[in-house]
Amino acid sequence: MDSARSVVLDAGDIGRAIRRIAHEVVERNKGAADLILLGIPTRGVFLARRIAAAIESIEGGTVSVGALDVTLYRDDLRLRPTRALEPTAIPTDGIDDKVVVLIDDVLFSGRTVRSALDALNDIGRPRAVQLAALVDRGHRELPIRADYVGKNLPTALAEQVRVRLVEFDDFDEVTIEGGAR
Amino acid sequence: MRHLLSAGDLDVDSACLILDTAAQLAAITDRSVKKLPTLRGRTVVNLFFEDSTRTRISFEIAAKRLSADVINFAAKGSSVSKGESLKDTALTLEAMGADAVVIRHGSSGAPHRLATAGWIQGSVVNAGDGTHEHPTQALLDAFTIRHHLRDNAGDLAGVRVAIVGDILHSRVARSNVLLLRTLGAHVTVVAPPTLLPYGVGEWSCAVSYDLDEVLPHVDAVMMLRVQSERMLAAYFPSVNEYGRRYGLDTRRMGLLPAHAIVLHPGPMNRGMEISADVADGERAVMVEQVSNGVSIRMAVLYLLLGGMTDDVKKET
Repeated sequence: MDSARSVVLDAGDIGRAIRRIAHEVVERNKGAADLILLGIPTRGVFLARRIAAAIESIEGGTVSVGALDVTLYRDDLRLRPTRALEPTAIPTDGIDDKVVVLIDDVLFSGRTVRSALDALNDIGRPRAVQLAALVDRGHRELPIRADYVGKNLPTALAEQVRVRLVEFDDFDEVTIEGGAR
Repeated sequence: MRHLLSAGDLDVDSACLILDTAAQLAAITDRSVKKLPTLRGRTVVNLFFEDSTRTRISFEIAAKRLSADVINFAAKGSSVSKGESLKDTALTLEAMGADAVVIRHGSSGAPHRLATAGWIQGSVVNAGDGTHEHPTQALLDAFTIRHHLRDNAGDLAGVRVAIVGDILHSRVARSNVLLLRTLGAHVTVVAPPTLLPYGVGEWSCAVSYDLDEVLPHVDAVMMLRVQSERMLAAYFPSVNEYGRRYGLDTRRMGLLPAHAIVLHPGPMNRGMEISADVADGERAVMVEQVSNGVSIRMAVLYLLLGGMTDDVKKET
């Protein structure tokens, strides 16, 4: 298995991608006012916190960060064994009229993002929703596109992209595994 | 997990999974849109052969918040009152395509029969059978205790709980002893000898006849209703005497540690097992128990119906 595994982003690359995404978010939204970063569990939440910290170091002030578990909105629930739920944490002010940036580690079929959009719909009415992903590996099954991408990664369907973050996995790394490499 | 028939079927991990899931689902109660699409297109039948308000409504709200279709079937005013058997009722529900049957029945073991007889394909949830078990009540009690005493996380290791009153007729007590023990709590049942079931010495709990002696050493006390409707004989001399010896009043509240909470599965008989000022007091958590009940039942329905089921496995 080890021969079919290659590191796509190391810790330094991930840090630089996060800082660039933070700058792009600030540039596009002309500041950080009314911004809410919502990470999709598990690793999206840690990415959201890192991007928020990066934005705070650029703009000063504090950026609201939360978590949005989309499990109950998924369209593939009945195709898999029951999943455990992850916490959802929405900032107390709510998301009405705010700019919500959804943050996930890997953008693949787009189905998770669709679930997240449905979940947001039940929570409130943001002024705008944007999407950031650390890795975009293609193979979209829905008309969904990311606004901020850490790295575009052409992959074969058989390959597996794995994101590891120090908060959860003890080290930072993005690898591509499996497939005919 | 396919059915929920007994609190004794749950191990620590599955019990904690239900409590953790309920904790996440409880957040939806604070939203303006209290609805999740998770069980869209699934049908939940509430099959109630015995009177119940809060359990039936609780299951109904839980199923509706998960977008399931709910059919309420009360024995009164149905074919059951014309003499239809449990089997024929079950076959009818199966033919109508019920994905889950929530059953309350006066006979102990009826949910087990329904789940194992092969009459229906769907999941069976025991919502109280005779004097046997009431697992979702035990789960919501454990959830409430965990929320107050363990900050909504982990198990209940080391928590001391007294269950007081009509243990003999109480399915709530049985399920609670099983579940609380699984979660690591120490349980003491307190009742007059006549209201303790035969073989209570075999249960995984301590037994006491003296409430005053037990109260100073517990973190939570659960008062049970004296179920007069199930009593064919006199189990105690008078209501007054029962209240004096086993009722929770202001004086006895003073014996409890300051952090201890008071639970009651309802319906309460104020003035008998619990005095009105205790029932309305700050440490009584009955109203919370009711709202936690909805979260627990949502969690159970999600965990039973939310994932891949056998018929889907066959198709793919």
